Amino acid sequence: MTTTDDTIFREICGLVARFAPAGVQLRPETELASDLNVDSVAAMDLVMEIEDKYEIDIPINQLADMRSLGDLVELVRQQLKDR
Amino acid sequence: MDIFDKYAQIAGRHDKVLELGTDPFGVRLDEILSATEARVDGRHTILVGTNNYLGLTFDEGAIEAAVEAVRTQGTGTTGSRIANGTYALHRQLEEEFAQFLGRRSCMVFTTGYQANLGMIVGLAGPRDVIYLDADSHASIYDGCRLSGAKVVRFRHNDPEDLDRRLARQQEGEAALVIVEGLYSMLGDVAPIAEFAEVKKKHGAWLMVDEAHSFGVFGERGRGVAEAQGVEEDVDFVVGTFSKSLGGIGGFGASSHPRFDVLRYCSRPYMFTASPNPASIASVRAALARIDCEPGLRGQIWANARQLHEGLAGLGFDLCSPMSPVIAVKMPDEGTAVWAWNRLLELGVYVNLAVPPGTPNGVCLLRCSVSAAHRSQQIEEVLGRFGQLAQELAAARA
Repeated sequence: MTTTDDTIFREICGLVARFAPAGVQLRPETELASDLNVDSVAAMDLVMEIEDKYEIDIPINQLADMRSLGDLVELVRQQLKDR
Repeated sequence: MDIFDKYAQIAGRHDKVLELGTDPFGVRLDEILSATEARVDGRHTILVGTNNYLGLTFDEGAIEAAVEAVRTQGTGTTGSRIANGTYALHRQLEEEFAQFLGRRSCMVFTTGYQANLGMIVGLAGPRDVIYLDADSHASIYDGCRLSGAKVVRFRHNDPEDLDRRLARQQEGEAALVIVEGLYSMLGDVAPIAEFAEVKKKHGAWLMVDEAHSFGVFGERGRGVAEAQGVEEDVDFVVGTFSKSLGGIGGFGASSHPRFDVLRYCSRPYMFTASPNPASIASVRAALARIDCEPGLRGQIWANARQLHEGLAGLGFDLCSPMSPVIAVKMPDEGTAVWAWNRLLELGVYVNLAVPPGTPNGVCLLRCSVSAAHRSQQIEEVLGRFGQLAQELAAARA
């Protein structure tokens, strides 16, 4: 990841930390559903929080392939680039 | 790998629900006694979760019209609207609906679900952006997915959030905003007037789904947009026949001069059999009654007030101000399932609503009131909710 990615990753970790069970470390490969128990509804709410923070829109069409924290960071990075 | 493995988690959750009693998603009504009563598992049951808002499922005129249509035009059309499935009846209903709604044109769909699919898929394509309220019905989400458009959610009933998102829209994209009039789970109403201001500011198009509000809101029963005096700012209106109109089917209407292009461009409209003659005939009769009998709306609001005030008086946590949809909040899924079963045992059918079908993860006993409910029936329902409240309190103690 680039430095910008690192910054986005750290900021997003701050938003998802509340989901992390004790002992689970947040890494780019950490899976939202299986590792953090973020269900589909919680994921949608999380995405809205992220959209507010970065003032971007992440179309829901792009969420289908989102599995890991790294995927989420990439989505944010892409939207910031396209802005 | 078994092809059903992907459902293991939700199937396990369903199994747990079954351990607590009847399957809430498979209730069988053995005998339909009236618009508000049925026999369920041998018990006389008051129905308070049917969306039969005006109680027209047993309307004499609608029944006779349906019977006559079956006798004279058969049981089905066996064809799509673009082939052999357009009868005079379909056209007559479309003209009557357009006139009732004050719109230039109306299209009839085979179900309410298909009405949303057909309208959204017809209106929005891969180069467009749809802005939809986060709490939208599954049929709206599915229509958005099928359209291929870019889909952006905004916070429920939040025109300011929509405004911020539309301001970020890229040039050259057409924007379609989709909201509902009355939201079916919590029973809350959209601020359509405020949404209309936002859509005008950004040059977007506005579609309102009045599925749960048609026949109930507005001076003539045209829905929430009528009640808020902003029908002219709504570009497209969608609705269903399976609630206030007591039938099956749906409609989409607009005054846009090119609206009828959807008749040969909207695949969910084109590639399905048209509604059968009996359905169309009964809906025509029901629409005529709604048009000429505003007292039906007075009755449903009186009934809604009685149930809403009664449940609030019993100490239940209600999700929204008074409307014909009254959602009672339960503390968790286990309690909700138990309470739902207990009400059924007591002879009251309501809807059980749990995540992910509900917003914000809430668990609900969802009631919907009908104009056909008698005041005495609502008193009985309140009495049984009162018993439930006592039992819930005893369990907590």
